[in-house]
Amino acid sequence: MFILIIRRVLLGLLTLLLVSGIVFVTVEALPGDPCTAYLGRMAQGQRLENCRQNFDLDTPALTRYISWAIGTLHGDFGISLKRNKSISSIVIPRLRNTLLLGFAASVIGIPISILLGIVAGLWRDRPVDLWVSSTAIFAMTIPEFVSATLLILIFSIWLGWFPGIVTTRPDAPLFEFLSDILLPIIVLALVMAAHILRMVRTSVIDVMASDYVEMARLKGVPYWRMVFRHVLPNALLPTINLVALTIGWLLGGVVVIEVVFNYPGLGRLMVDAVSDRDLAMVQIIALILAAIYVTLNLLADLLVLFANPRLRTMRTQVRP
Amino acid sequence: MTSAITNKTTGPRNIFFVLLTTLKGMASRPSGVVGLVLVAFHIVLAITSPAIVPYDFKEMTVQKILKAPSAEHWFGTDVLGRDVLTRTMLGGQQALFVTSIAAVIAVTWGGLLGVLLGLVGGRFDDLLMRVVDAFLAIPWILFLLLIIAMVGTGSIVLIPTLAFFYGIPVIRIVRAATHDVVARDFVTAARARGESRSTLVRRELFPNILDVLLVEGAMRWSWMLLSFSSLSFLGFGVTPPTADWGLMISDSRAFMSIAPWTALAPITALSSLIIGLNLSADALAKTLGVDRAQKAPV
Amino acid sequence: MDNPLIEIINLSIGFNSQSGDTLQILNNIDLSFGRGQTIGLVGESGSGKSTLALAMMGYLKTGLRLVEGTLLFHGRDVFSMNGRTLENIRGGDIALIPQNAGQSLTPTMRVGNQIAEAVKLHTSLPKDQWRDRVIELLLQVRLPEPKTLLSRYPHELSGGQQQRVAIAMALAGEPDVLLLDEPTTGLDVTTQVHILELLRDIAAETGMAMVYVSHDLGAISRVSDRVAVMYAGELVLEGTTRQVMRKPAHPYARGLLLSIPRLREAVVPTSMPGRPPPPGGTGPGCAFADRCPLVESRCREERPELVPTANQETVRCHFHERVGHLPPPDPPKRPDRQSLIDTDTILQLDDLAISYAKPGIFDQILGRLPRVTPTVDMVDLAVHRGETIGLVGESGSGKTTILRTIAGLWGPQNGTIVYHGSEILDTLVAVRPKDLLRRIQLIFQNPDASLNPRHTVAEILALPLKLYFDLSDEELRERTVALLEQVRLGKHYLDRLPSQLSGGEKQRVAVARAFAAEPELILCDEITSALDVSVQAALLDLLINLQAVRETTYIFVSHDLAVVRVLADRVAVLYLGRICEIGPADRVYTPPFHPYTEILLGAILEPDPDAKPTIAAEDIVELSPPAEGCPFQHRCPRRIGEICDHEIPPWRPARADHSIRCHISMCDLGAM
Repeated sequence: MFILIIRRVLLGLLTLLLVSGIVFVTVEALPGDPCTAYLGRMAQGQRLENCRQNFDLDTPALTRYISWAIGTLHGDFGISLKRNKSISSIVIPRLRNTLLLGFAASVIGIPISILLGIVAGLWRDRPVDLWVSSTAIFAMTIPEFVSATLLILIFSIWLGWFPGIVTTRPDAPLFEFLSDILLPIIVLALVMAAHILRMVRTSVIDVMASDYVEMARLKGVPYWRMVFRHVLPNALLPTINLVALTIGWLLGGVVVIEVVFNYPGLGRLMVDAVSDRDLAMVQIIALILAAIYVTLNLLADLLVLFANPRLRTMRTQVRP
Repeated sequence: MTSAITNKTTGPRNIFFVLLTTLKGMASRPSGVVGLVLVAFHIVLAITSPAIVPYDFKEMTVQKILKAPSAEHWFGTDVLGRDVLTRTMLGGQQALFVTSIAAVIAVTWGGLLGVLLGLVGGRFDDLLMRVVDAFLAIPWILFLLLIIAMVGTGSIVLIPTLAFFYGIPVIRIVRAATHDVVARDFVTAARARGESRSTLVRRELFPNILDVLLVEGAMRWSWMLLSFSSLSFLGFGVTPPTADWGLMISDSRAFMSIAPWTALAPITALSSLIIGLNLSADALAKTLGVDRAQKAPV
Repeated sequence: MDNPLIEIINLSIGFNSQSGDTLQILNNIDLSFGRGQTIGLVGESGSGKSTLALAMMGYLKTGLRLVEGTLLFHGRDVFSMNGRTLENIRGGDIALIPQNAGQSLTPTMRVGNQIAEAVKLHTSLPKDQWRDRVIELLLQVRLPEPKTLLSRYPHELSGGQQQRVAIAMALAGEPDVLLLDEPTTGLDVTTQVHILELLRDIAAETGMAMVYVSHDLGAISRVSDRVAVMYAGELVLEGTTRQVMRKPAHPYARGLLLSIPRLREAVVPTSMPGRPPPPGGTGPGCAFADRCPLVESRCREERPELVPTANQETVRCHFHERVGHLPPPDPPKRPDRQSLIDTDTILQLDDLAISYAKPGIFDQILGRLPRVTPTVDMVDLAVHRGETIGLVGESGSGKTTILRTIAGLWGPQNGTIVYHGSEILDTLVAVRPKDLLRRIQLIFQNPDASLNPRHTVAEILALPLKLYFDLSDEELRERTVALLEQVRLGKHYLDRLPSQLSGGEKQRVAVARAFAAEPELILCDEITSALDVSVQAALLDLLINLQAVRETTYIFVSHDLAVVRVLADRVAVLYLGRICEIGPADRVYTPPFHPYTEILLGAILEPDPDAKPTIAAEDIVELSPPAEGCPFQHRCPRRIGEICDHEIPPWRPARADHSIRCHISMCDLGAM
C-alpha cells in the first residue's frame, strides 16, 4: 500500500513535469517567440535585439527550458514584458485571490451538489428529481459567462443587491473581497454543482439497482439504514475523483468569471497577458493552474486509495 | 456496447437505415425531440439567415442607438445602432461553422489514435497515456489562450486548435471502448480464424465502437461551442464587426442596465443551441445504449 | 397438510408489456409446505422459479405485479403486509441465500459486520454478544479461522467462502424458511458437494424448511424431500423426490430427465423438440402442447388443471396416467465409432508446457523466461483422426489454456505441437499459413459473446467462407444456406441478429461457423456449459451427427463429466495443468481410478435420490501447481507420503492404453 502511494506521487510529479514541458514546447513550436509576439509590428532592429538578449533567445531550447524550470521551482518567475516588474510580485496576490474564489465556491458548491445528487438519485423520476436534474442540465450547458451575465442582470442591475463589478485593488487584504465574491461564487458553484450532481445521481441509481442492495433489502434492512450503510459508501466512491476533475475544470471557468466581474485574480491576469502578448506571464500562469489541478487529482487518488477497500487490500486477495 | 435500437431491427443494413432508426429512436424521447428540433432550427437558421435578414448587420445608424424593441426593429438596436435581430440571426454562423468542422476532426483523429493505442498496448501505449493525462491536466481555456497569444486568432487557428485539444479526451474514451470490445470472444474468434488486422478493425471492432464515436462527437461539439463563445466573449474569437453571440454578449455588458435586450437576445440564442445539442447528445446516448455515467467534463 | 408455513393459492404474477397487455410470468400456482420440509423448485431458465421463491418473501422485482391469488406465510398474506412487517420477516423469519454471493455482499462492508447486521436486526441479542454470535455462525458453516475472516472484505474471499458467508448471514436470524436461489451455480463440483452436504446437515439440525431453486436435478435430488417442477410459469408436477425422479407423471418432467446425460453409458440424451413459450405466449391450451409426445386436440383447447394422482403427487396434464406407459425412447442412432476413427495421428502434443507469467524487469534484461511453475506442464497427447478427445477438469485445470495454445492464440513455453506429423504448430496465429488456420477451428463457451452483435447470421457465416475460399456471391449464399440447414436452422435465420436468437440457436450458429471452414479439427471450449439442459442435449446430438458426416476430430473441453461421457472416445483428466489419467472413456469412468478422478466422479450428482456422493477431498482452492512432486499432493486422500511431495509420479500403464499417473501401483489402485 505504501508502494502504491509512492507510485502515485511520483506519477503526479511526472505529470507536472510533462505539463511544464508541454507549456514550454507549445510556445517554442508555434511561429514567433516571446519577443516578436510582444513587440508585434515593432519587432525589428535594436528593440528586438535587446529583447532577445534579455530572454536569452539565442540559446538552445533545452537549456532555456531547464533554466526556466529551475527558476520556476525557486519562485523566480521571470520578468513581465508589459509591466516591467517581476512576474511573481504580480502573480502571487492574484493567485491568492483566485484561490479564495475557488475555495469558497468549492466549499459551498460541493457539499450542496452531492446532497442534491443523492436526493435526485433516491427519488428518481419524482418531481424533486425532475426539477433538480433539469436545473442541472441548464446550469451545466450554459456557458459561465452567460449565467454570470444573467445573474448580474438580475441581482445587480434589477435588484441591486450585489455589486456587478469588483473594484477592490488586487493586493488588498482578503476580507475586503468577501462581499465581492458572492455572485461569482454562485455562478461557479452552479456549474460545478451541475456536473457533480449528475454523476452522483447516476452513481446512486446504479448502486440502488445492484445485487447487494437488493440483498440488503431482502435481509430486512430498513430503508434509511440501507441508504447510509450500503448505498452511499459505494455510490460516493467514484465521486471523489470526479470532484477533483471538476475543480480542475473550474479553474478554466474561473478565467471567464473573473473577466465578467472584473475580479483581480489569476484568470483575469491571464486574459490581460494574452491580449498583451506577454508570453512569459502566460506560461507561468498556465503552469500554476495546471499544478493546482495535478495536486488536487493526486490528493483525490490518495483519498480513494484509503477509502476503497478493494484497493487497500490488493495484496491479500484469495481469488477462486 | 451494443446498440439498443439497431440490434433489434431487421432490414437493409446500410448506413441510411441505421441513421434513420437512430433518429427515430431519439425522436421517441422527449429530450430527443426538443434537442433535435433546436439543433435543426439553428442549423437551418445559420444556413439561410444571410438571405432573410431584414438589415445589414454592419449598418450603423447613430440616431438609432440602443432603441428598445419595436415594430421596426423587433429586437431593438445595439450601441452602434445595428439591428439586434439581424445580428442575432447571423450570430451562430461562425460558431457552428468552426465547431462542426473541428468536432468531426477531433473525433476522427482521437478515435483513430484511441483505436491504435487500444490495439497496440505495451510501452508505447503507457507513454502516450501519460502525455494524454498531462494534456488533460491543462484547463482548456489556458491552452487555447496560450496558442492565441502566440499566433492570434481566427478560424484558421481555432479549428485546428479546438480539434486538437478536444480530440484528446476522445482518445481515452475510444481506447477504453476498444479494450472492452477486443476482450470479447467474437474478436478472439476472428483472430483465431486468421483474419487480417485490417479486417479485424474494420469489420469486428469498428461497428461496435461507432456508437461511442457518435455520442462523443455530439458531446465534443457541444463543448466546443461553449469554448468558442467564451473565447468570443473574451475578445479572442471572431473579429468585429462580425456578428457573434459571444461577442454580442460581451459588448452588451456595459449597457445592460439600460438596454437589456442587447444581452438577452444573444443569450437566448446561444443557450437554446447548446441546450439543444446537449439534449440531443443525451438522447443519442440513451438510444444507442452508450453508458456515459463516467464521463467527466472536458 | 396442517399448519403449513407457506401456502400459495392460485398465485399469478405478471408485468405490463409495451403494448399495455399483462404478460404473466407465473400462472395460478398452488403449493404449500411446512416445517422441516425441503422442497426443490425445478425448471429451466424462464420457468419463473426464482420469481416464485422471491414472492414467498413478498418481493417482486421492479416491473412485476400481483395479478391474482394470495401467498400466506404463517397464515398472513405477504402481499398486504406493510413495509415494516416485511422488513421484520425478511431475514428474520424467512431468509434468502442468493445465487451469486460475490455480488450480493456489499463490497465496502466487512463480512463480519454484514452478518452482525443480520444479528442486530433479527435477534434480541445485546451488542456485546454480537461478535461471538457471528463467530458461532461462521463455525456452523464450517469456515476456518472465523476470527480473522470476519474482518475481511467480500472480494478477499473465494467463491465457496462467499457462499458460506451468505448462508451464515441467512442463518443469523434463525429463520423458519430458507430460500436458496441456485446457490451452487458457478462453484466447482467438489465445492458444490460440500455446500450441499452442509445444507442437508443444517436442515436436519434446525428443522428449518428450505426451498431450493435450481435447474440442476442432481443437486435437487440430493437435498429435497419433495420436488415441484415448473414450466413456462406454471406448476406442472409436484411430488416426493423419489416419485418425481423415478416415475415422473408429467411429460415435461419425463423429457427433462431423459435429456440429462448420464455417467453410466455413452448414450446421447434425448432432446425435446421446440422451446418454451415466452411469457404470455401460451394459447388457451396446455403450455407444453407443442412439444409433448402425448399431445391431442384436447390439449390445445383446454388448459389442464392441477389434479392429484394415486401416488400423492399433483400434476397438470390431461393424460398423466399415460406418461408412465410411454416407452423409453430409442437412443438416437450412434454411428459406429470404431469405423470412423483412424489410426492416423493428426495432432501430437509432446511434453507441452504453457505459462501465463510475463517476464519481469530482470528477466527481460537477462533475456530469459520467468522461473515460475508453468500453468500447464508435461502434457503428452496423441489425437487420432475422427475421434473425440475429452479434456476434463475443474477451474484452473488448464484445459482452456491447452485449447488456446493449440489454436495459436498463446505460445507454449516448452514442448512441441505437431500437426499431421510434419507441420510444427508451436507458432502463433499471425505466423501460421492460412490453410493450417482453416483446418483447426475453435468454438467458445458463451454464445452471447462469441458472435458479433452487429453482424447478421449471414455475415457471421460469410466471413470464414470469404477468408478461406474463393467463392462467387452466388456460391457464398448457397453455402451459407447449406450450413444453416446442417445445424437445423432455416433460411429465415440469415437476416437475424444475434440478439434475436436464443442461446441454443446462437450456439448452433457458432457451430455452423466452425464448420464453414471445413476443418479437420474442432476445439470445443465448454460449449454446452452456458446452455439449458434440454438445449444441451440437442446440441450434443448435432455435434455427433456432423462428426459422422464430415469426419471431423473434436477436442472437447468441459467440467461436466456426464456431458463428456456422451461424446468422448478417449478422456484425459487434468488437475492444475497436468494430466492425471488418460484412456478410453469407459475405462476412465470405471475403476481403477486416479484419486482425483475418483473424487470428481464421486462428486457428480445424479438425479437419483438414493445416490450418495462421496466427499473425500478438502474444499480448498488451489491457485498454482506445486513446484515439485504430484500436483494433487495437497488434497489427495490417498497420499502415501513424502514421495508424493517430491517426485513426479510415473505413468502406470493399465490395459488398452489407459494410463494413470500415480505413485500408487495399479494393483493397489484397483483394490480401492
